[in-house]
Amino acid sequence: MIATLLQLMLSYLKIGFFGFGGGYAMLSLIHSEVVVRNAWLTNGEFSDIVAISQMTPGPIALNSATYIGYEVAGVLGSVVATLAVSLPSLTLMLLLTRFFLRLHDNRYVQGVVRGMRPVVVGMIASAALLLIFPHSDEGRSFIDVWSWVIFALTLLGSARKINPIALIVASGVAGIVIYGLF
Amino acid sequence: MRGLAEIFWSFLKIGAFTFGGGYAMIPLIGHEVIERRGWIAERDFADLLTLAQSAPGPIALNTAVFVGYKRRGFAGALAAVFGVIVPSFVIILAVAMFFSNMRDNAIVDAAFRGMRPAVVALIIAPIIGLTRGMRGVGMAVAAAVAVAVWYFGISPVWFLLSGAVVGCLYAMVRGKEAQR
Repeated sequence: MIATLLQLMLSYLKIGFFGFGGGYAMLSLIHSEVVVRNAWLTNGEFSDIVAISQMTPGPIALNSATYIGYEVAGVLGSVVATLAVSLPSLTLMLLLTRFFLRLHDNRYVQGVVRGMRPVVVGMIASAALLLIFPHSDEGRSFIDVWSWVIFALTLLGSARKINPIALIVASGVAGIVIYGLF
Repeated sequence: MRGLAEIFWSFLKIGAFTFGGGYAMIPLIGHEVIERRGWIAERDFADLLTLAQSAPGPIALNTAVFVGYKRRGFAGALAAVFGVIVPSFVIILAVAMFFSNMRDNAIVDAAFRGMRPAVVALIIAPIIGLTRGMRGVGMAVAAAVAVAVWYFGISPVWFLLSGAVVGCLYAMVRGKEAQR
């Protein structure tokens, strides 16, 4: 139990510390820790948590920490994971805020940010690829032609600036109609 | 103490009403800290966002630290951070406790089968905006990172560190050229 809590803490400290690019870019880090390294969740469960995070308020990184912490080690696990993912943000932002004026126009800081930008885009793409083409068959996101129809319609809706919560709810209803009723 | 409670309360609202995370939260945060409270000047807000996006971690959390610290130092930063965390924590914990019993329900399972491809679409959608204005090298790096993380299971941390080092070296070389 202590070992699990410690591992949970380390994983979420890492996710918080390297979580550049916010929400979706953090997904590939979370996936790498939670599904690949520690096998706490399957691909499908991971995807479900992302869906739940979309429908509930708050940053996805915090949501996933609370949820996965609970799944892995109960209420204590969720407290540990949530605090661990927030700690690097708190520490680094405090430092940045204090030295903000000196850092703001620093060309090295700007260089670092610019150098990481394409990596962040790649990380977001990898999160999508991991869900479309998982390494194992368990919990596939795409199971039949209807999956691709829902995918295409959601992409279209998102390009038209339709609220993501509305899109998730609509696809859930579509899922009930397609897979639940027949 | 009243000041701290005010900070906590403001960020509790931000944490409780921002769905979708990240960029979706920015207008709401702006409204609360600029217009309603007058804690941050409009021109400082753009700087704050640059900073919050350059630092690791959720943007809402980073913004909370900045605003809280500016208002009330370390205690203010803590009050703001807990404000953002509490709603998300309480709601997700409730969902997690409830959901484990519901997961085997056929209707719930069907709903999630429908939602999974939609989640993938929502993850892909922002990439189009992010790659706009990116040059060939950047695109190639993004594609290489995507394949390395997805297909070969390499931790994205290594690529972030490499990107940071390369960006820093590039800035150094450029700086030397400019001095000549």
